[in-house]
Amino acid sequence: MSELAERTNKHSTGESFAEPHGQLPVRPKPPLRRFHQARWDEPIIFELSRPGRRGIAVPEPGAPEVELPEAVRRAQPPRLPELSQPHVLRHYLRLSQENLGADLNVDVGQGTCTMKYSPKVNDRFAAEVAELHPAQPVDTVQGVLEIYHRLERMLAEISGMARVSLQPGSGSAAIYANVAMIRAYHASRGEGHRDQVITTLFSHPSNAACAKTAGYEIVTLMPDADGYPDIEALKAAIGPRTAALMITNPEDTGIFNPRIKEFVDLVHSVGGLACYDQANANGILGITRARDAGFDLGHFNLHKTFSTPHACGGPAAGACGVSEALAPFLPGPVVTFDGTSYGLETPERSIGKIRPGLGVTPNIVRAYAWIMALGAEGLRAVAETAALNNNYLMSRVLRIPGTSAPWDKRRIEQVRYSWRELSEETGVHSEEIGVRAADFGVHYWTSHHPHVVPEPFTLEPTESYSKEDLDEYAAILAHVADEARRDPAFVKGAPYNQTIHKIDPTPLDDPKQWAPTWRAYVRKHLG
Amino acid sequence: MATTVGFVVGLVVNPVAGLGGTAGLKGSDGAEVQRAALAAGATPRSGERAARAVRALLAARPGVRLVTVPGAMGEDSARAAGASPGLVRLARPAAPTTTAADTRAAVLALRDVDLLLFAGGDGTARDVLDAVRELGGQAPPVLGVPAGVKVYSGCFAVGPAAAGELAGLWTSGATVEAEVVDLDEDRYRQGRVSPRLYGVLRVPAARTRLSGRKTGSAAAAPGTVEGIAREVVSRMRPGVPYILGPGATTQAVGRALGLATTLLGVDVVRDGRIVAADVAERELAGLAGGAVLVLSVIGGQGFVLGRGNQQISPRVLSRTGGLLVLATQQKLAALGGRPLLVDTGDEDTDRKLSGHVQVITGYRESTIYRMETT
Ligand SMILES: Cc1ncc(COP(=O)(O)O)c(C=O)c1O
Repeated sequence: MSELAERTNKHSTGESFAEPHGQLPVRPKPPLRRFHQARWDEPIIFELSRPGRRGIAVPEPGAPEVELPEAVRRAQPPRLPELSQPHVLRHYLRLSQENLGADLNVDVGQGTCTMKYSPKVNDRFAAEVAELHPAQPVDTVQGVLEIYHRLERMLAEISGMARVSLQPGSGSAAIYANVAMIRAYHASRGEGHRDQVITTLFSHPSNAACAKTAGYEIVTLMPDADGYPDIEALKAAIGPRTAALMITNPEDTGIFNPRIKEFVDLVHSVGGLACYDQANANGILGITRARDAGFDLGHFNLHKTFSTPHACGGPAAGACGVSEALAPFLPGPVVTFDGTSYGLETPERSIGKIRPGLGVTPNIVRAYAWIMALGAEGLRAVAETAALNNNYLMSRVLRIPGTSAPWDKRRIEQVRYSWRELSEETGVHSEEIGVRAADFGVHYWTSHHPHVVPEPFTLEPTESYSKEDLDEYAAILAHVADEARRDPAFVKGAPYNQTIHKIDPTPLDDPKQWAPTWRAYVRKHLG
Repeated sequence: MATTVGFVVGLVVNPVAGLGGTAGLKGSDGAEVQRAALAAGATPRSGERAARAVRALLAARPGVRLVTVPGAMGEDSARAAGASPGLVRLARPAAPTTTAADTRAAVLALRDVDLLLFAGGDGTARDVLDAVRELGGQAPPVLGVPAGVKVYSGCFAVGPAAAGELAGLWTSGATVEAEVVDLDEDRYRQGRVSPRLYGVLRVPAARTRLSGRKTGSAAAAPGTVEGIAREVVSRMRPGVPYILGPGATTQAVGRALGLATTLLGVDVVRDGRIVAADVAERELAGLAGGAVLVLSVIGGQGFVLGRGNQQISPRVLSRTGGLLVLATQQKLAALGGRPLLVDTGDEDTDRKLSGHVQVITGYRESTIYRMETT
């Protein structure tokens, strides 16, 4: 064993999560999984490029050869890297070994992200539509439009809303569409003076960010002594300037606000709209609906609740649902159905496009397939299992000395925990514990800012994980907490088994150094 | 400014900071209290906390150069942490029971460092502030290692290791202003929390953008306070007097107007001009008619009125026509759910002020927060 490996495993006294092997003639595994990530020092794909190197896509047998019309041909070839097929394959396989992807780890640590399993069978359906052109004549895409139409109706039923748009490519894009509709609605009624959007501290910050981007002033409500958004603060906040309340429920704490209808009614009483960020809907599917609480509009993240891949911040898929009154403002085009065929139409007062074409069509197909596979009872079973898994994991995590779940409330589908006690005792911060957990092949996310819950970590197990998965995750946390007590410096020095040990995060704070694309990198850093 | 090569960190330890805490004496200011604490069996803890900070500093930036002063005021802690510091001798070596003058002398002696770490509490921060004022533009940025009984000032990191780590990882050279507040210890011992703002120190900017890195000081990210100031200025109306209370945030409002307003006092501005600077209660009462009060939250307890701004009396308040409360979201979050506080000495006034108030937290951003009487 190398010195490093020995050091890494020196406290391997963690609780066993594995079932006993009984009489099977297998060697017993260590109580905690040993894990080490690959390191390839892989260059950026542009650096691998060599002039003239190429891969060949063999055409389908019998496919007609099509000459592209002159008008759509590029004058210059695109500046893409030139590589052979095995180089491309190797490159991406190596990169894939250098991260902790959703299909690789017990991905319950990305609380609020609902990292459920994306069934692979649905990728096959999605592949079917991958080559559709967004401007194809509607009579050639009737099947896809039917899927859009049916999924819209299903999501309308699940949320209680009248109409749905499937165009946004992410949750935040859907939230932006929501704000744009709120603004257009008030303007259409001559109430453009409404310039405030109210949100809560534990609602997803995209609500505040999108509303501010759209020109609104943001008024935030803090949690009350019970961890609920303070209703007295809402009463003080509402008035003639109120355009909308944009709120998540359950919030990112996993606490469901039982007075949500009062919140909606208060905002309505001053002429504001109530907008529901339903991206945290995984624990309430088939149990409660946005419209039943009086909300005027809201959105789902199809990549969270409805199983489509998250896709690194996009292309994912958001779905905006609205009441009858807001339907004329939906992003366009929307799918129409006259009883025989499907068409496309831009609503009369549409806010316009949120994304080109019809949105991220492969994800629409995946979400549709996922709902069809489950049926209505299946959706409710998803919610119940997600809540059960979460409450089981909570009981395991709270047994670890040094953890707590502030406000002592029942949770729905996620929990924002605190390591405050452990941190005060050992000086080890939550982020450092999360980084050390990555040495065992799992990770977690702390919390949005500011940290109202001190030393936070947010877990959301969804319905996808088994009891053994959750036990393994809790055992890793227990082990790292134990390490923090015995040898805080060791935990602070983590990770030891990762591709990159520690990064200097300073450049992340410096826009002058940012290079989001290769072209920007060449311009900024290579001169 | 600070570069990775040849980065020099200074260290000053107030060896008697925190003495009173273990003895339940609510502070360690004054030789008498220190003697009482020692008699009660208190052990000094600031040296050990400073050593923890140095250990974290060395881990975060191996090869960093450390300079300090001999003995308990720095050298001992540095050596305990395994460092071999450069030493700057003081003209008048400190006696075993050090005083505020010793802290000031040490800071002056270490003026050439890129960053000065000091271990102590709010009282020590005040001494550092005095020395920094003396140095003027030549003063280095500083960062507090919390080691005192009272640690309410924004210039402290959240813990000793966090201080060392932040010092080690700070390469950008960016700084923000952090407030130095202190409680009156005699009143504190009588159960009265009475924080006062003493001034501001420049501290390294914390990297709050990074998820969960709680290695920063209590100060907000760069730009936050300026955003708050911009919001206040955008709300100002012609002809209306604005009463700016003490504080770095309210001073930033003055700056946004191009005015040099007083940090610790109360100023009145109108139409972009200072009408009266550093006013006392009587003068203020004469100017308060229809004025809007602009107040920031003082220290860690959430006081808005009645601490450090007693000029704004019930009589003044009865004449004003509005109130703007300023705080960063971090400051509100640090209250841990406790309300903002008013204690003007007049129950009626306090009652009228309590309830939910809008706290300006940024440009076009606010939070609705509870304000209560003490
Ligand atoms: C409650 C909530 N709302 C909105 C979003 C934003 O969605 P996206 O990341 O797709 O922009 C998220 C993301 O996880 C979320 O948890």
